[in-house]
Amino acid sequence: MRGVLWRLAGSLPALVAVIVVTFVLTRVLPGDTATYFAGPTASAESIAQIRAALGLDRPLPEQFWSYVQALMRGDLGMSLTTGQPVLVDLVNRLPASAELTLVGLLIAMGIAIPLGVLAAVKQGSLADHLCRVIVTAGVSLPVFFTGLLLVYVFYYLLGWAPAPVGRLDAFATAPNFVTGFYLIDAAIARDWETWQSAAAQIILPACTLGLFALAPIARITRASMLAVLGAEFIRTARASGLSSRTIILTYALRNALLPVVTTLGMVFSFLLGANVLVEKVFAWPGIGSYAVEALIASDGAPVQGFVLTMAILYVVLNLTIDLVNRALDPRARHS
Amino acid sequence: MSAVLDVSDFSVEFRTRSGIVRALDRVAFTVRRGETMALVGESGSGKSVTAYALLGLLDAAGRITRGRAVLEGVDLTAASPSELARIRGKRAAMIFQNPRAALNPIRPIGQQIADVLRRHAGLSRRDAMAGAIDMLKQVGIPDPARRASAYPFELSGGMCQRVMIAIAVATRPALLIADEPTTGLDVTTQAVVMDIVAKLAAETGMATILITHDLALAAERSARIAVMHAGHIVEDAATKTLLANPRHPYTRRLLAATPTAAGSLAALRSIPGNLPDLRRDDLPPCRFAARCDRRLPGCDAKLVWRTIEPAHRIACWNPA
Amino acid sequence: MSSSTLRHARHVVSENPVTGLALLLFAFFVGAAILGPSLAPYDPLASNTMRALQPPSALHWFGTDQIGRDIFSRVLVAARLDLGIAAASVALVFAMGGFAGLASGFFGGWVDMLVGRIADTIMAFPLFVLAMAIVAALGNTVPNIVLATAIINFPLYVRVARAETVQRREAGFVDAARIAGHRDMGVLLRQVGPNIMPIMVVQMSLTMGYAILNAAGLSFIGLGVRAPTPEWGIMVAEGAAFIVSGEWWVALFPGATLMTAVFCFNLLGDGVRDIVDPRRRT
Repeated sequence: MRGVLWRLAGSLPALVAVIVVTFVLTRVLPGDTATYFAGPTASAESIAQIRAALGLDRPLPEQFWSYVQALMRGDLGMSLTTGQPVLVDLVNRLPASAELTLVGLLIAMGIAIPLGVLAAVKQGSLADHLCRVIVTAGVSLPVFFTGLLLVYVFYYLLGWAPAPVGRLDAFATAPNFVTGFYLIDAAIARDWETWQSAAAQIILPACTLGLFALAPIARITRASMLAVLGAEFIRTARASGLSSRTIILTYALRNALLPVVTTLGMVFSFLLGANVLVEKVFAWPGIGSYAVEALIASDGAPVQGFVLTMAILYVVLNLTIDLVNRALDPRARHS
Repeated sequence: MSAVLDVSDFSVEFRTRSGIVRALDRVAFTVRRGETMALVGESGSGKSVTAYALLGLLDAAGRITRGRAVLEGVDLTAASPSELARIRGKRAAMIFQNPRAALNPIRPIGQQIADVLRRHAGLSRRDAMAGAIDMLKQVGIPDPARRASAYPFELSGGMCQRVMIAIAVATRPALLIADEPTTGLDVTTQAVVMDIVAKLAAETGMATILITHDLALAAERSARIAVMHAGHIVEDAATKTLLANPRHPYTRRLLAATPTAAGSLAALRSIPGNLPDLRRDDLPPCRFAARCDRRLPGCDAKLVWRTIEPAHRIACWNPA
Repeated sequence: MSSSTLRHARHVVSENPVTGLALLLFAFFVGAAILGPSLAPYDPLASNTMRALQPPSALHWFGTDQIGRDIFSRVLVAARLDLGIAAASVALVFAMGGFAGLASGFFGGWVDMLVGRIADTIMAFPLFVLAMAIVAALGNTVPNIVLATAIINFPLYVRVARAETVQRREAGFVDAARIAGHRDMGVLLRQVGPNIMPIMVVQMSLTMGYAILNAAGLSFIGLGVRAPTPEWGIMVAEGAAFIVSGEWWVALFPGATLMTAVFCFNLLGDGVRDIVDPRRRT
């Protein structure tokens, strides 16, 4: 338990770094916030006024302090495009992004881990070759392009998937809010029609993300499985006559999963970025498309809020990965 | 005493990129109930390959090319992989050097023993765990019920080797192969570990093959010693006979290099010449010939194993 | 390059024909980047509304877009910009990350700590999101895309350069140079620098594909390069609207070209790694 608290404290520097960088990006670098707010036609005088009103004429440490205070209050500013506080927008849209990312990750792990295991256990087999191809091709896929390809094939050509218009088709209504994940909320409400609509809508974008995350997970699974299969304790297990099922699943895979879990940190880094692109392609109403819309409208506050949210999310995910790792690895618990 | 394991004409080859390695050539020996036999030789002489090949643990490149190895009436060379998996850990078990690395790092040690009991004795989860705790007690681990939930990294090397032994003998195998079981342990722990093996062997009538490069250990712990050189067993005799009256030139050199019989790897290396390259197509019949000072013209024609006295076999035309 | 390296390179290529294919593609892309504008059959910016959204034909190999521009010409001309951005960012991060890692591993102490902190801070962000933030803050220009792409790769380069330097430093020949009276900076640049070069070249070729993807991704969401400049990411974004109505060629050709380019550079990166550092082969 103390270890867990220690690890929590350990993620503080990352959090501080994230806040400082976000602050620096918004205040110090060119692209003056006051000019931004005043609009292109503003006079120097009105810019100075806005500057004073925003507190931008005060010394930097002071500005940073008021920035941190605002963050503490949950004040991320107002969105010019939606007219809502950025925090409200983000909270409303975050579940959409989270659901998409998680489903994508589940799809990727569901395919990549068995594939990587198979490739390692049966070296030189079809699965091994498939794994190699996926690993090399997978990292070369521009995620926005694969998304479009899937839309073209499965929506336009085959008509299997619905139009890429967001989380639900036009005839469905959002289920009552419980978790914000439509698949879970609709299941709780036993509203299977809505569930089906939500599932149909999420499948293509989630597969796009999944395809993207497939390569790194399959590669690390294969590599770490190969390493573990060569370990001395596997030889012991074989010498003890344990069934190959026990050897591969209980002995090898559990050990091989430790590096896989650690690598998920890197996978999440890519996945959260790819999420922005996929949301744009599929008009997915998450925080990524929110940020892209704000970028196009030169609306600063939502972009800052988005970057901060993503970074905090990433810190939290890394923390979770660490805790999962501790749960899986007794050695990590004791160090 | 009846033979637990009878190996005859046993040959193993490895197919590698740089050619076929003739790792074992017509190896033959017998181990009887309750007996401890030592396989002694330099590294690369084929001691471990013998053990791995017997239990079907060779990697894909290795295969048994001829011979028989009969364990309690079952020919291991003719057994299918799944039959071998049923025999391994049940009727023939193995312990390894570097015990900490040889245990699953993230599985409680009690669980690892229980896994073997569940597989081979068909015990329930609960009974297997009770059996595991009992085994921990038998190998002298204090407070076994609590230690059963410990992980290998929480135990000393000696304790880990006791756990390895517990895993190996949990199902009361007829044969235990101990592959350099004391390497990496300190001297007192070595003695304790070997005592435990001896005690369990005495209690259950288990036969033991002790694989070691340490002639002193072999002399102290085994009733018989088989000396290996480059994939051949060159001399096989009762320990007393072998130490007092070695006949093969290689054995003599081994002993001469270790006057007090306190042989060690460093001492074995002091024998002039190297092991021959086993990939050569024109391997001489006697693989020691190039290093031998008693070589005769006939040595280049054919290698024969001769029983010169009861239970004393050598592979030499011109024994000392 | 010594003759044995050459022989090894030939061995790697002959053993893995895919690397040969990648080399061919590489030559093709470099050719397009250099000669593209003079080879393009049409002006990449010239619109012709009479011929808007034409499917591929003998006249327009890749078809035309919504305002009748020739997609083949645009894809061809875009090679210079896309590959240029990626090459520039890789060169920049090679200089920044390579030097920082070198100094960090060589001097240790506070230099090491500072560089480590900077790298950690960058790693605290999801990388693409950080790149978005940098371009959004610094302004929507091509140099800023280059910079952002370089920055997000910085930690990787630092780590590799640092690890190699520490290894070399411990190898002892740096001490020898110091004893011989060379000043630290000189030792750093002349003795250690060239020694870590091969591994850094591997790193560069391995990250080139990612740099292309990253820049195109930024353009896709409207950052950096602006329409009507021909660039693969923007062209895919423009074509996205037509995918649902069946005009596949508008997005497909720039997208497939982008994908092929990234694939080619990734294969090449693997090939270069096999040649320079066979141990890391997986």
